[in-house]
Amino acid sequence: MDKLKAARGIIYFFLGLLVIICFVPFYMMIINATRSNSEILRGFSLMPSTNLIDNYFVLDSYINIWIGFRNSLVIAVAVTVLNSYFSALTAFALVVYQFKGKNAIFIVFIVMMMVPGQLGLIGLYDLSSTLGMLDTYWPLIIPAIAAPFTVFFFRQFLVTTMPMSILESGRIDGAGETYMFHRLVLPILMPAIATMGIFTFIGSWNNFLFPLVIIRSPRLYTLPIMIRQLQGSPVAQNLGAIYLGVAISVVPIMIAFIFLSKYIISSITAGAVKG
Amino acid sequence: MQKNDNRAYLFIAPFVIVFLTFNIYPILLTFYYSVTNYTGMGGIENADFIGLDNYRRLIQDDFFFTAFFNTIRIWGMNFALQLGIAMLLALLFTDIRLKLKGVNTFRALFFLPNIITIASVALLFSILLDWNFGSLNQMLLSLGVISRPINWLNNPTYAQSWVALIGAWMWFGNTFIILMAGISGIPTDFYEAAFIDGANWWDSFTKITIPQLKPILLYVFITSIIGGLQIFDLPMLLTDGRGAPRGALNTMVLYLYNQGFSFANFGYSAAIAYGLFLITVVFSAITFKSMYRGQVKVKKGGTK
Repeated sequence: MDKLKAARGIIYFFLGLLVIICFVPFYMMIINATRSNSEILRGFSLMPSTNLIDNYFVLDSYINIWIGFRNSLVIAVAVTVLNSYFSALTAFALVVYQFKGKNAIFIVFIVMMMVPGQLGLIGLYDLSSTLGMLDTYWPLIIPAIAAPFTVFFFRQFLVTTMPMSILESGRIDGAGETYMFHRLVLPILMPAIATMGIFTFIGSWNNFLFPLVIIRSPRLYTLPIMIRQLQGSPVAQNLGAIYLGVAISVVPIMIAFIFLSKYIISSITAGAVKG
Repeated sequence: MQKNDNRAYLFIAPFVIVFLTFNIYPILLTFYYSVTNYTGMGGIENADFIGLDNYRRLIQDDFFFTAFFNTIRIWGMNFALQLGIAMLLALLFTDIRLKLKGVNTFRALFFLPNIITIASVALLFSILLDWNFGSLNQMLLSLGVISRPINWLNNPTYAQSWVALIGAWMWFGNTFIILMAGISGIPTDFYEAAFIDGANWWDSFTKITIPQLKPILLYVFITSIIGGLQIFDLPMLLTDGRGAPRGALNTMVLYLYNQGFSFANFGYSAAIAYGLFLITVVFSAITFKSMYRGQVKVKKGGTK
């Protein structure tokens, strides 16, 4: 028994150490965001300093990071809503109806899950250019309507949780198909929508390559593109301001994570077990 | 069953239209460009059809081969580290004798780096690892671990190791959660029976845990290799975006991006995209094959 206790103590010690190692980069980021450039050049410190406001003004004189926030948020919300709604609609059709071409769609799904997103990058850029959509959000948002993986996930969910009898009784009561989709199927799908929605949102929020290629105007920059802009910019002369810029992009996500971690973690498990 | 129902087409129409336009069409267009010398400017009608020249160039391109090996090396280091830590943690937290507390808190803490924007992570590390003014060197110097600052991002081996390490830092929590779910799903009777038969810890691990975890391990491996082959944000933003130091951070997708959008070689960039796709398919197939064969072997062993 004592041996077990000792083992437990040692394990907790190393787990604590691992947590510290994991958070040192974030801690240094926050500390350095409060220090002046000369303080940072002189050496490192574990204690915060008093230059947070000054750093913010330096950063703000070069970029308005909140615009990046707003832009990323607009795109991520639009992507998540479109992805959830149209994937649900497609999954509904696949589960409820019998129609020609259903099997072909399944085969395409399986193949498309293996295709890396970059395969169509050059083509998507050129298509956007042809459609006059370069430097707009459309090429980043519209493709969310067709997300094979989400459809697949929703389909599996519906097959196991939705009794066909509720649709039958709905039909007898004279409910239209669209009405039933909105009133019966969407509520049933809600847990699955939440699961995939979180991942879709995070994926869009962190997306780097596609906005990098599509967006030109600084006022349309998403947060990751803005962060890239900081590197090698005049602000880079002031390390405190750079640290602050990174911190502003990171801390809200951390706060959101505190509230959502339970859902996020159960979603990962769901994805692995189903996938 | 229901008969052929035309209403279905109405419901799937948005998906199909967008899918064909924004997914399939760009992929086919990319293929078409890969057999031309299109630069990306001046319209495709001014480009020439050059057959398989881009692909011929690809298989003789030392930069592409280097990019391939860089990608694999970075992924390999990252995966070994990530899987090792994740497996160890998963085993500790599922151990029925240890009964460790605070699983949920630890899972959340270890997972957190995963959701941080990679662009932010890369910029953060590029300044933390700075030669003279980075916090890491300052810390190591003041602790007396090193006597002179190390130029981390100017040495190919160090730079690649850092990308792998940062990747492992971002992903071990995710892998840990998945493995733990897998291990928790194994019936405890298996372990109890093995214990009664006098099996030690190592036997239960290699004879029960690993074989039972095969599907989950396959999932972890496949998702990791597909993601790993596409690594881009981190190497691009950690140094100059062109693969410095000395091409060590030039990964396949970074090369694709630079050929297309920095050097105006759309045609060649498109060929790289197809090369990458082929490599992804081959790696996934090999993984499936080897894992599947492994499973058959285990089953045979069981019937003996």
